[in-house]
Amino acid sequence: MIKSGSNLEKILNKGIFAVTGELGPPRGADINAIREKAKHLKGMVDAVNITDNQTAVVRMASWAASLIALQEGLEPNYQMVCRDRNRIAMQSDILGAYTLGIRNILCLSGDHPVFGDHPFTRKVFDIDSMQLIAMVKKMRDEGKFLNGEEITHPPRMFIGAAANPFGDPHEFRVLRLAKKIAAGADFIQTQSIYNMKRFREWLNQANDMGLTEKVYILAGVTPMKSLGMARYMQKNVPGMDVPDEVIKRLEGVEKKKQAAEGIKMCCEQIEELKTMKGVAGVHLMAIEWEHRVPEIVEQAKLLPRPNPQDLD
Amino acid sequence: MIIAKIKPLEEIKTMLKDFRRVLNVGCAGCTAVCLAGGQREVDIMNTKLSLLFKEEGKLLEIEGFTVERQCEPQFLAELDSLVEEYEAVLSMACGAGVQFLAERFPETKVFPAVNTTFVGVNRDIGWYEERCQCCGECVLGITGGICPVTMCAKMLFNGPCGGAQDGHCEVDKNIPCAWVNIYKRLKAQGRLEQILTVFPAREWKNQVQGRLVLEEYQERYLNQIKEVMTR
Repeated sequence: MIKSGSNLEKILNKGIFAVTGELGPPRGADINAIREKAKHLKGMVDAVNITDNQTAVVRMASWAASLIALQEGLEPNYQMVCRDRNRIAMQSDILGAYTLGIRNILCLSGDHPVFGDHPFTRKVFDIDSMQLIAMVKKMRDEGKFLNGEEITHPPRMFIGAAANPFGDPHEFRVLRLAKKIAAGADFIQTQSIYNMKRFREWLNQANDMGLTEKVYILAGVTPMKSLGMARYMQKNVPGMDVPDEVIKRLEGVEKKKQAAEGIKMCCEQIEELKTMKGVAGVHLMAIEWEHRVPEIVEQAKLLPRPNPQDLD
Repeated sequence: MIIAKIKPLEEIKTMLKDFRRVLNVGCAGCTAVCLAGGQREVDIMNTKLSLLFKEEGKLLEIEGFTVERQCEPQFLAELDSLVEEYEAVLSMACGAGVQFLAERFPETKVFPAVNTTFVGVNRDIGWYEERCQCCGECVLGITGGICPVTMCAKMLFNGPCGGAQDGHCEVDKNIPCAWVNIYKRLKAQGRLEQILTVFPAREWKNQVQGRLVLEEYQERYLNQIKEVMTR
């Protein structure tokens, strides 16, 4: 049964290995900044995540940037975090976003304000990411607001959620995935994977529990731009698991060639992910590197992407 | 109990700059226990402020009086004949005490000497930790005695988030992850199933000013409540 009719949903339903990208809105009111990034991603990915004030730094609203992406011929995956808005604002934004053509939503808790540019703002967290998933599902499947009242024209979103196979406690991560599926997630985008061994363990658990039959898992990958980036991610990014082998491999090439090596590693990883049972696609987070996406998807043999018109 | 911290002296000095005769009211309740506003702190505060004013060539006649608790009318009554002798009152009680004092003496200018910080516990002398945010609907029975509203930086009911690593919270390596601890405790107690189902969106019961009149007392206070409301 079609839930939202989004391009991403159709591709996943057809069993085509999906590719999603990421686009961070600008820290200003510059429409061209989004158009420029969108230009590189068009035809390269099936949908693109539009981040919602990522790392708790003020940026253009994710719904607004999603609409611009839509105008540019890219299907947005509208990210919404629980940090900045209560249930009234969230439901209102979902109605608005759906009305204007947004069909995918990624439900997240959001980075804590202390990481951002307004560390002493008042955090909201009225509901958490799990409850947000359940709320969007209730709006879609029951046609009701969180309070149980009828919605005259319910928004029909394809519901995404995040999963981190590398967080604590390890044995609980797959159980939390199960909770997100029970709450109503249709697809999952994982944290950037560098520790393939650990990812495989998590995926095997998910397969054994039958979870991959119930949800589409898009494996997260982020190409390393440099050795410096790899070291930073290993030490400073919460919930990130960068094994020493990754660092060593980048140490082994001269500085000028590290970006190419990072892309090569990423593509090898994608090739491996394609063969893994339970992986329905990849989520390519080329952070502030949108212009390198075409060569990555090319090199990873992910082209051509299916034409949305051919999916019906 | 309620934990408070003495405000910076400069801030208190600024609040009191236009007054000469000031009464500093201590509280022998919570703020005395957390070494912020008891008799001892009142004495120290008065000495410091007097000196500070003196250095600037100003005279501050500040006297202290500590009541048992500023959040109870019978103890505040001890101040009834005292307050009018002063131009201003400094209170070393928590925010509740300061307000109750100000309510009793509406003509008097009342100033807070402490910042009320949280409801917490006394880990050791001079060491306090937050434990409750008074959300109005306690879930500690489900979460193994660890509060997700207070102890999780994102107030998650379905944690831990993806940022938990090595058992600590992503906001600070010195803060344990509440949900890792909830998981461990429930697992050890054999009741992990309590957090395997989705905890639904909850109703926040603390969105309007709290007032609790026990059912058995409602008749007794019926008229008084109306009187307080319209005061």
